[in-house]
Amino acid sequence: MTNIGLILSIAAIIGGLLWLTIRSLSGREVERRIIFLFIGIAVSVPLLFDITFSEKATPIVKGVYDKVDNLPSGSVILISFDYGPSMAPEVEPMSNAFIRHSLAKDHKVIIMGLWATGQSLGASAVENVIKKEFPNKIDGVDYINIGYKAGNQGVLNVIITDFRKMYATDVNGVDLDSVQIFQGIRSLKDMDLMISVGGGFPGIKEWVLFAADPGNIPLAGASAAVSTPLLYPYYPMQLIGLLGGIKGAAEYESEMKKNYPQFADMPTPGIEMMGPQTLAHMVVMAFIVIGNLSFFFAKRRKE
Amino acid sequence: MDKSKRLSLIIFGGVIVLFIISWIIKISLLQEAGMDSLLSIRDAFFITFAAFLTLAIFSFLYKDNPYYKFAEHLFVGISAAYWMCVGFWSTFVGNFIPKVSTTLSDFFEVPPKEFEIHYFVPLILGMMLLMRLSPKGGWLSRWSLAFIVGTTAGLNLIRYLRTDFITQVSNTFIPLLVDWKGIGPFFSDFSLSASGQFVMTLGNWVIFIGVFSGLIYFFFSKEHKGFFGHASRVGIWILMITFGASFGYTVMGRVSLLVGRLTFLFNDWLGLIS
Repeated sequence: MTNIGLILSIAAIIGGLLWLTIRSLSGREVERRIIFLFIGIAVSVPLLFDITFSEKATPIVKGVYDKVDNLPSGSVILISFDYGPSMAPEVEPMSNAFIRHSLAKDHKVIIMGLWATGQSLGASAVENVIKKEFPNKIDGVDYINIGYKAGNQGVLNVIITDFRKMYATDVNGVDLDSVQIFQGIRSLKDMDLMISVGGGFPGIKEWVLFAADPGNIPLAGASAAVSTPLLYPYYPMQLIGLLGGIKGAAEYESEMKKNYPQFADMPTPGIEMMGPQTLAHMVVMAFIVIGNLSFFFAKRRKE
Repeated sequence: MDKSKRLSLIIFGGVIVLFIISWIIKISLLQEAGMDSLLSIRDAFFITFAAFLTLAIFSFLYKDNPYYKFAEHLFVGISAAYWMCVGFWSTFVGNFIPKVSTTLSDFFEVPPKEFEIHYFVPLILGMMLLMRLSPKGGWLSRWSLAFIVGTTAGLNLIRYLRTDFITQVSNTFIPLLVDWKGIGPFFSDFSLSASGQFVMTLGNWVIFIGVFSGLIYFFFSKEHKGFFGHASRVGIWILMITFGASFGYTVMGRVSLLVGRLTFLFNDWLGLIS
């Protein structure tokens, strides 16, 4: 039944594209709503029929994975949630994967956010990932959510010398001086790795400018696809690795599944999203070809 | 009542009826799954309302309409209120109160810290910024704005100069023959792996030629003729490829967001996928 549905859907897309080609080559306009409809179908079909593809980590993603994997147990990793719900479908799989990987390696995880929305999304990661999948990990000992502070890059400019000047407590109002995870941590320079997950302002760029470069601290990025091309120049000297968009998330998840048997059944939204991505990109490419063909045909007709 | 008004009312009625039907079905599905009746009513409402808002935003693809406007204004309003509330609790209560008042710290249940008088400076500047709302005292906000602009410019100047200029220039000085041990070992160890010598060398050449030709394209003090003209053409191609890659990434980002919303509709709302 599933296969029949899949075949019918793909046949509908291909048939529709042929109809569009004939229509545009004959010089008639194609309404933009038809384009939207095609993208909608191309994205829905792989979701409904669970089409996925295998992924292999590229060096830029492997750089982050290897860093987390090779740090000695007990290392301190700071994950900054610099995004909001509108960016979450794209970058949340990455932050969840980082948390899973770090805790599986027995690293200490500090969650914070330069975006106000990052605070509640960090809390949601604590509830949905840490408490459910790592029930033996203790808040304040193995992980902590210190939340959001206003000030954008100003926050980084302060915490690179002293956390406590900006963060007196964690999100639950617990004094940072009283939590075990913060014993011996004074500033960002005490982090073994920082990971900024986001894609806007303030985000990975600000982490490079105001923390990684001046403090010479290892930094990895996980960014929304839109801002990824702007961050590539920082790799590999100023960023140890970068996960770009949902493709980066899928590569990281596949690496985790390959190397950790306990993650064989973990949720892999990144890998699942690559099915719709692939089909949607193929439809967009088909549109570009159809558009160019009809342009040249129309030009020739005029001549 | 004219025809368009009557049609709008019929559509509005239809949306309300569909909303209620969806809510009731969702309640029964959640209760079947073993959820408590009160909780199921609340959760079913939130899921149905979220689905309604998603569809309201999607309806803009057809044309602008009041449902889209409602969802858009609700989103903007809630976002602004959320940022303000989190800012108040995390910064004003979290940072300011513990440093200035033990009584207020006890009231807000935050651990008090050592008194620091200079914490009143940002408070005063913040209040001056709010004077913008006053018709007579609006000029006071300029002092705060001047402080913000001045400090941001000062901080950014140094950081951008170091990170985006000096370090980036230094990062461009890369070996054009990576790990070179002679032509023999190059061919005997030839590999197309991403971390192999050939691909690394090729990558460094692309960076070198890309930066060099890109800079030539933006150098307008000499006419783009001969070698300069050819290098400039390569520069245009490099820029076009960069814009193409950016466009590709943008498409990927937007499709991801669409997948996120469709996953919510198919999974949480309609229960078609798990």
